[in-house]
Amino acid sequence: MLEVQNLSKSYGPKLAVDNLSFSARKGEILGFLGPNGAGKTTTMRMITGYLPPSHGQVVVEGIALRESPIEVKRRIGYLPELPPLYPELSVRDYLLFVARLKKIPSAQRQPAVDRALERAALGEQRQRIIGRLSKGYRQRVGIAQAILNEPPLLILDEPTAGLDPRQILETRNLVRSLAGEHTIILSTHILAEAATTCERVIIINQGRLVAVDTPENLTHRVKPTDTLQVEVSAPAEAAAAALRALPDLTAVEVLGQHQGASRLQVEARTLAAREAIARALVGAGWGLRELRPVELTLEQIFLSLTGAAAGAPNVPVAAAPGEPQSEGEV
Amino acid sequence: MSAIWAILRKEWKSYFVTPAAYVVLALFAVIAGFFFYSMLAYYVMQSMGGGMFGGGRLDVHAMLLQPLFFDVGVTMLFLLPMVTMRLYAEETRGGTMELLKTAPVRRLEVVLGKFFAAFGLLLALLLMVFAYVLVVWHYAHPHPGWASLGVAFLGLLLLGGVYLSLGLFLSSLTRTQIVAGVTTFALFLLLWVADWVTAYDNGRFAHIIAYLSLTTHLTNFVQGVLDVKDLVYYLSLIFAGLFLTARRMELAE
Ligand SMILES: Nc1ncnc2c1ncn2[C@@H]1O[C@H](COP(=O)(O)OP(=O)(O)O)[C@@H](O)[C@H]1O
Ligand SMILES: [Mg+2]
Repeated sequence: MLEVQNLSKSYGPKLAVDNLSFSARKGEILGFLGPNGAGKTTTMRMITGYLPPSHGQVVVEGIALRESPIEVKRRIGYLPELPPLYPELSVRDYLLFVARLKKIPSAQRQPAVDRALERAALGEQRQRIIGRLSKGYRQRVGIAQAILNEPPLLILDEPTAGLDPRQILETRNLVRSLAGEHTIILSTHILAEAATTCERVIIINQGRLVAVDTPENLTHRVKPTDTLQVEVSAPAEAAAAALRALPDLTAVEVLGQHQGASRLQVEARTLAAREAIARALVGAGWGLRELRPVELTLEQIFLSLTGAAAGAPNVPVAAAPGEPQSEGEV
Repeated sequence: MSAIWAILRKEWKSYFVTPAAYVVLALFAVIAGFFFYSMLAYYVMQSMGGGMFGGGRLDVHAMLLQPLFFDVGVTMLFLLPMVTMRLYAEETRGGTMELLKTAPVRRLEVVLGKFFAAFGLLLALLLMVFAYVLVVWHYAHPHPGWASLGVAFLGLLLLGGVYLSLGLFLSSLTRTQIVAGVTTFALFLLLWVADWVTAYDNGRFAHIIAYLSLTTHLTNFVQGVLDVKDLVYYLSLIFAGLFLTARRMELAE
């Protein structure tokens, strides 16, 4: 569907994107993850034909961007970092303009605009002047513009940046609802976002590829052991002693006691250890209330991967402000 | 083709929902109206004097309309940079250049759409002037010839086209409107006064510079003389500006 081959871009002496290669499969949501300045926007601008690459090439559905730019651009819907809007136009006039620009035949223009308005939940705003819309609505107009001609490939550059938590959730749902019909590449510097929205994640740092995988596989790659949390109706010390007796556990830690129940965290070398834990606790006559695997957050994965790759000093550790806390975990 | 039309329509919508176009139209009407009024008053005074001394009828075309056309050229020199300075600077600053450059259209289509939109505004300005001219035509006996009026109109239209095309190019070079506006104005002014060199220098080089002057070529048009040399000069400047703007768009930011 999309092939990015050895793409590089230098701004003067500065190499913003360095020999980047990856591909996107039909219908998937591909996350493009990296800290600010990693080269996400530059890469997207090269894929969409806004910036000419210094080296390498972009192929969409078998067509090379350099050979047939118009044919490739026809297949791409692009939401830049800053939505490309004319503040003085109404939402409807703006979308009709984009429809003409994208050469949608006149008979299909109005239906295409109506469909995009509906998909982006903008029906009520169609007559409003863009300059007077809230940031969340403006972002949706940007998305409506990108999907107007039903392009097979959608490139969204940080679609949730600067939105409030409710708008972030709405935008993510919108993006997920677009998957399937469109192949979507979505950039973000927020790790939780890639994990909740994307099927595969490409991690880049300082213009170079760090890793490509599913969020789950990335977890396993960084940390092969199984971290489990256990809640059991027993005195903490007794429960800990029983667990330490098991062979496959490398660490047992008491997290706390509450109303006759204790919470412990253990590191297991094998998956079979889960069964052994359950048997040991229930066999001792205690009630096992919870046995839950704790997955790494992408923050930890990211730190571990990019730290090893480049020792990046400015990796974002916490989710952005306003990010719902529950989404911090994978 | 349809992209040119799309951009032209969008530009016109933008012109008329922002005050820019109204301000330019109104200022132009006032300034051209003032020129018209003062020249008419002067002409009337002169012709009354002429009548007293028994002289022949004064030539309306030479005495009233030609200076008026020249002054319209000067007025455009001042006002059109205000039209062109925002054409690209605003797209670059507002991020909409990303839309235009990633849409399935050729760069030249974008450039032509913008040029023709501004050209439409120019046409509106010149039609206002020709409303004044019609008044003169109605009262003047004998009527000034239509052909020479048409040639003058064409000349002003081409001159305005040169302003717009070069202004568009300069606007594409910077993301700051005021820089675009000031450099455009300075260039027009230089091109306008370039023929002054022949006043003190008769060398070959001076004549080449004078040839580049916009004024030199407007003179023939205003006098109702259609010369291929002048046509070629204006048209090649227009094409050069448009071509350079399209080339400029192909380069990186
Ligand atoms: N127009 C430009 N001129 C010079 N350097 C740039 C330009 N655009 C981006 N850069 C640099 O290239 C690097 C990558 O930037 P960018 O692609 O915007 O990263 P991201 O989108 O991941 O935050 C950064 O170091 C940035 O400073
Ligand atoms: Mg960016």
